Amino acid sequence: MTKLVECSNVSKRYGTKLALDHINLTIERGKIIGLLGPNGSGKTTLIKLLNDLLSPDQGTILINGNQPGIESKKIISYLPERTYLNFNMKIKELITYFQDFYEDFDCNKAYELLEKLGINSNDKLKTMSKGTKEKVQLIMVMSRKADLYILDEPIGGVDPAARDYILDTILNNFNDHASIIISTHLIADIERVLDEVIFVKQGKIMLQKSTDSIRKESGQSIDGYFREAFKC
Amino acid sequence: MQWNFDHDRPIYKQLVEQLQIAIITGQYSALEKLPSVRDLAMESKVNPNTMQKAMQELENLGLVYSKRTSGRYITEDQALIAKIKREMASEKIRQFMTDMKQLNLSRDEVIQYLKKEEERHDKISGV
Repeated sequence: MTKLVECSNVSKRYGTKLALDHINLTIERGKIIGLLGPNGSGKTTLIKLLNDLLSPDQGTILINGNQPGIESKKIISYLPERTYLNFNMKIKELITYFQDFYEDFDCNKAYELLEKLGINSNDKLKTMSKGTKEKVQLIMVMSRKADLYILDEPIGGVDPAARDYILDTILNNFNDHASIIISTHLIADIERVLDEVIFVKQGKIMLQKSTDSIRKESGQSIDGYFREAFKC
Repeated sequence: MQWNFDHDRPIYKQLVEQLQIAIITGQYSALEKLPSVRDLAMESKVNPNTMQKAMQELENLGLVYSKRTSGRYITEDQALIAKIKREMASEKIRQFMTDMKQLNLSRDEVIQYLKKEEERHDKISGV
């Protein structure tokens, strides 16, 4: 089967700053992958390249065999770090909006997940707390039947109970055909759901490995291993 | 079932251990059908692939077997369950004796301590 993601020799520069430095990366189907690295290491740049929001200066990116573009956007469901949604929208308007945009959006699933949280679909986004807004956005993203879910800091601004809810939602909607990339600093909170981690440092891929082999070889948690690898 | 994990050891190994204990203690009893990998993964909040790997390991050990379409069941081989129980106990005792050695305690001292501790425990619990 075609690899879900293949990056070969990809570089991206902002002016004189090299944000990604000749990276090679393969992502298979059926995995939950942590994209980990300190601030400014290139995580979000990589994510934006995969989503066709930036173009590489060098190298090629293939998503299911196609370069980033219309075809890749059909199969990638992306939760950006900052929201782009209009807070004046009611939830049900948001659902219609997503339905119009994405063929694979399952509105029954979205309503089901919202109902479980007790969210009224007549409420406007702006009346909701930060944590609830984040949950709503995650529900929108996870209600697509995508091949690749890319979640940029999905648990950043929420309390531990909401984090558990978000992780449950991710696990619940995971299937062997799809993969999920989660970028985060909060490693300890998510490490038990990860198959694999990718460590990014100064624009380079330092390591791509299965979490259980890291634990076995280092005798450390992923969080502990990360702290050691990126010690300042 | 209550699931607890140390993050510094492979999660799949810990799943195997905790499922073994559940089988040994009869939380999941012989001939019983196990919940699906997905349900067990949700319950323990681990990755379904990791749970799948743990199930594979239990199958290799012979503790569970799968019926082609209807799911996984616990073995009825009580001798095997007893053997796994002995092995797990031996492993824990070996670990314990290593810890005691680090405290420079001899085997006899350890046994004395164990007896004393047991008496104290009985007194407290009023047996």
